[in-house]
Amino acid sequence: MSTVDSSSSRLSVLKTYKLYVGGKFPRSESGRVYEVSDSKNKWLANAPLSSRKDARDAVVAARKAFGGWSGATAYNRGQVLYRVAEMLEGRRDQFVREVADAEGLSKSKAAAVVDAAVDRWVWYAGWTDKIAQVVGGANPVAGPFFNLSTPEPTGVVTVVAPQESSFLGLVSVLAPVIATGNTAVVIASEQAPLPALSLGEVLATSDVPGGVVNILSGRTAELAAPLAAHQDVNAIDLTGVTDDALAKELEIAAADNLKRVLRPQPVDFAADPGTHRLTAFLETKTVWHPTGSLGASGSAY
Amino acid sequence: MPTTAPAASAALAAPAFADATASDRALRRFLHGLPGVDTVGLEARAASLGTRSIKTTAKAYAIDLAISMIDLTTLEGADTPGKVRALGAKAVNPDPTDRTTPRTAAVCVYPDMVAAAKEAVAGSGVKVASVATAFPAGRAALDIKLADVRDAVAAGADEIDMVIDRGAFLSGRYLKVYEEIVAVKEACGEARLKVIFETGELSTYDNIRRASWIGMLGGADFIKTSTGKVGVNATPANTLLMLEAVRDFRAQTGIQIGVKPAGGIRTTKDAIKFLVLVNETAGADWLDNHWFRFGASSLLNDLLMQRQKLSTGRYSGPDYVTVD
Repeated sequence: MSTVDSSSSRLSVLKTYKLYVGGKFPRSESGRVYEVSDSKNKWLANAPLSSRKDARDAVVAARKAFGGWSGATAYNRGQVLYRVAEMLEGRRDQFVREVADAEGLSKSKAAAVVDAAVDRWVWYAGWTDKIAQVVGGANPVAGPFFNLSTPEPTGVVTVVAPQESSFLGLVSVLAPVIATGNTAVVIASEQAPLPALSLGEVLATSDVPGGVVNILSGRTAELAAPLAAHQDVNAIDLTGVTDDALAKELEIAAADNLKRVLRPQPVDFAADPGTHRLTAFLETKTVWHPTGSLGASGSAY
Repeated sequence: MPTTAPAASAALAAPAFADATASDRALRRFLHGLPGVDTVGLEARAASLGTRSIKTTAKAYAIDLAISMIDLTTLEGADTPGKVRALGAKAVNPDPTDRTTPRTAAVCVYPDMVAAAKEAVAGSGVKVASVATAFPAGRAALDIKLADVRDAVAAGADEIDMVIDRGAFLSGRYLKVYEEIVAVKEACGEARLKVIFETGELSTYDNIRRASWIGMLGGADFIKTSTGKVGVNATPANTLLMLEAVRDFRAQTGIQIGVKPAGGIRTTKDAIKFLVLVNETAGADWLDNHWFRFGASSLLNDLLMQRQKLSTGRYSGPDYVTVD
C-alpha cells in the first residue's frame, strides 16, 4: 500500500478485500478480519478471516453452479478460461504489485511470475476440449459392442492453494480443476491471500458463472477441516497443506464419503505442469453400446 | 348481495361477534374498524425477531419441532399415486438412517390423491390434508367448491385447505367470503378447516388483517397465508400479522386458532425464525403441530441435513436426502 504523499491533498483510497462466493463479494459471515503483511512485516491490508459457515456457503454455491458449468461444452469452457487470461493481462500491473508485496519479489521477478500465470490460464484453456481425447476414447472389447470411455468432472473440489506461491501456484492448482468442469472452493494462501482475492474480481468480470470458483481467505486449518469432512464435497486438493499431521487428519476426514484426495507434495510451479492435475479430478464413464449381429450379416461399422 | 345473517353457524363459531356478521354492512363496519396496520413497525418487528441466535440444544429442539410441524406438500399437475406414496413414506419416516427423527404433521395433496395418501400413512398418526374449493384460484361456483370438499372428506381427509374468494374480498363483498367459509366448514364435518387467504394477492397488510378476522369468524381451525402458487408467499411480516390476529381472537373469545405459513420457506434458518415469531407473538401454546404448521416440501430436506450436521458434526449434502 502506498503511503499518503505529503505534497498531495488526496486521501489514499484503501481497498477492502472481500471473499468471492457465488459470484458475489461478501465479507466473512463471522465479521472477522486478519492483518496481512508483506515479507518485511509491513501491513498491507485486512483480509476476511472466514469461518466454517463461509466454507459451507461456498460449497452450496459451488454445488449450485456445478450443473451449468459441467454441462457447458468443453469448447465454451475453453473460451471462458481464455477470457480470464485476457482479463488478467489487463490487470497485470495490479497483480505484479500484489505478488511483489506478497512474496517479497523484485518488480521484474514478480512480472515474470504474473506472465507465467497468465500463460498457464491460456495453456489450461486449450486443454478443455482436448483432455477427453487423451484420457478417453474407444476401447477394444471382445464382443459386438462399441465401448466408449469419457472423462467426466468429479464435482465440487476443495482446493487448498499453495502457501508460498500465492499467485502462480494458485492458478496452477485452480485452472485445471475448473477446466475439466468441476467447481471449486479455494482456500487461499494464509499469509498471502491478496492476489487470490483479487483473482476473484477478475473471475467475476470474465464470464465465469458465479459459484464456479469460490475463494476464501483465513486460517487453512480452520477452513480445511470442515471442508474435508463435508459430505457434499467430492474431492480435495491438499497441495497447500504444509503440516503433515493436518494433512493426515484431513485425509482421514475425506475418506468418509470417499473423496478423491490429491496429497500434498513439493511442486515446482515454474516447470511444465503436465496433465496430472487435469486428470486428478475426473471420473471415467464407460458406455457399452451394442453394434448388432456383426457376425451373421458380415457387415461392420 | 345476500344480507341475511347465517346466524346459527356464526353463533357457533364466535358468539361474541354475532353482531359483526349480521349483515354485509355490519361486517364491513367491523372489518374496517379494526386498527390499521403499522407497516413499518410490523416489518421492523418481524425483522428484529429474525435476528435471534438459536444454537446447539435449542437448535436441535427447534429442528425437531419444525419437522413435526410440516405439512409435507405435493400440489403438482404431474402428481401420481406413486409420488404420493413416496411422499407418505417420507412423512412417516423422514430420515431412514435415523429413526429418532420425528414424523411430519401431515401430507398435503389434491383431493383425488387423498385415498392414496391415506393408504401411505395408515396407522402412523400422520394426517392427510387436502386442498379443495377449486384450489388454487378458487374461481368456481359454491356448489362445485362444496362438492370438492365433500369428495376429499369422503376419501378420508383429516384436514381441508380451502382458498377464499379473493375476487369477492377485493371487491368488498366480505359477507360472501364469510358465508363461503361457513358453508365449507359445515361440509368439512369432523375435518379441520384451514383457510388460505393468498396474502400475495391481497395487496395490503390491512387486507390481511381483515381476511384473518373473516376466516376466524367463519369458523376456521387454521388460517393459512398462501397457496404457494403465486410470487409472494409466506413472509415473516404477514405471518406475524396473522399470529397477532389469532392471539387477539383468543383473548376476546377464548377460541384458539392455528396458523400455517406456506410457500417460500425453504431453509432451517427461515423455519426457526418463524418459530421465534410464534413464541414471541402468539405464545408457547402455539408451539405444537396442532396449532402451527409449515406448508412446505423442500424445507424438510434442509431440516434433515441440519439435523444430520448436528448429530454427526459434518456438513451433509443433498446426496443424503431424497429427491422429491
